[in-house]
Amino acid sequence: MYGYQLRAEFESRTGGTWPLNVGQVYTTLSRLERDGLVEPAGEQADKHVFYRCTEAGAAELREWFESPVNPEGRPRDELAIKLALAVGSPGVDVRPLIQRQRTHTMRTLRDYTRLKVDVAETDLAWQLVLDSLIFQAEAEVRWLDHCEARLERGATEAAGTAPGRAGARQTEGPDRALAGRRSR
Amino acid sequence: MSADGAQAALLELRAVSRVHGEGPTAVHALRGVSVSVAAGELVAVMGPSGSGKSTLLNLAGGLDSPTGGGVVVEGVKLGGLSRGGLAAVRRRSVGYVFQELNLVPALTAAENVSLPRELDGVGLRAARVEALEALAEVDMEELAGRFPDDMSGGQQQRVAIARALVGPRRLLLADEPTGALDSQTGEAVLRLLRARCDSGAGGVLVTHEARHAAWADRIVFLRDGTLVDDTGSALGAETLLSGTAG
Repeated sequence: MYGYQLRAEFESRTGGTWPLNVGQVYTTLSRLERDGLVEPAGEQADKHVFYRCTEAGAAELREWFESPVNPEGRPRDELAIKLALAVGSPGVDVRPLIQRQRTHTMRTLRDYTRLKVDVAETDLAWQLVLDSLIFQAEAEVRWLDHCEARLERGATEAAGTAPGRAGARQTEGPDRALAGRRSR
Repeated sequence: MSADGAQAALLELRAVSRVHGEGPTAVHALRGVSVSVAAGELVAVMGPSGSGKSTLLNLAGGLDSPTGGGVVVEGVKLGGLSRGGLAAVRRRSVGYVFQELNLVPALTAAENVSLPRELDGVGLRAARVEALEALAEVDMEELAGRFPDDMSGGQQQRVAIARALVGPRRLLLADEPTGALDSQTGEAVLRLLRARCDSGAGGVLVTHEARHAAWADRIVFLRDGTLVDDTGSALGAETLLSGTAG
């Protein structure tokens, strides 16, 4: 396959969810060639260079399919960071922040669900990608519900034990939780 | 595709309030909530328990009366109706799907579905024809002669939906309609609700499940009896993926 074909194949299998630019594809191909994982397999009349997997490349690919994806290798979760910083920041009202995010994520979830209605039964790859996006959005909403419930419980407990220090108590919990994580 | 009052709204809640009790012990279940549902639109209501979701649904279906504001179903103000008039709107305009299916165990699927039409005064034969049509729409025509106990949970729920929509009913009110169903069957039920709304019904879906609410055109959020947010209606599908790049 040559670069454009690779890109087209990637995008059709993932429903165009993560568009690639073709420059990226060619840089990656030349890096793979440098590492001996792919090799040129001739040129067509229209100057497209064909590549094929080397034996080492096929082994590497098998290895990739067989190993689990490490969650720590994924990009940092901006939302978790945002909430962690919002709790305990003076002047930031966390509850409306949570609701704004919930509305936003529900919109996304609804839009994915709408796409799902139109997916052909036979397009398994795109169905799986779409389901992955749906599950992630759903998990985010559940997590937001959980955060909200935690905040509320914190507020009620604080109000019950030390009515004058509700604000102070509320910020204490997450701080302690973070300290705990750091020490692990 | 917005559901403004200008379009023929199937359901309008106008600044609806519902207070239980009086004085200092009064409980405000809903405080001035306005929602409108157009034909072809499915609106999901989300919120924590105790936020007023079920109260909203009961008011929308005329099962309960607001203490403030008004409810309009297919252009008819429920507040001005006699008891009999209200019962007629409930039967003719509104279909309910609850978590508890309330199918009559001694009646077949077809008999369960035709029952509300017989109560409407439609003749037995006509009611049966309508029931079979409604069952066909939910792919249950072949099981029309079966009793609820001989059906799976998903099949029973399909019958309940057929019963909710038999005859001219166009407003569908669903309270956690996927209840105890497994996720696959639950999704089938939601697809069905969605399809019914796409073909001209209007629906209100009360649920705490994000995955289910996502089948709606619009999701509104209730908290402590107040509408706190609204997703608005969906954009065209072609613009959706621009946000997920990278």
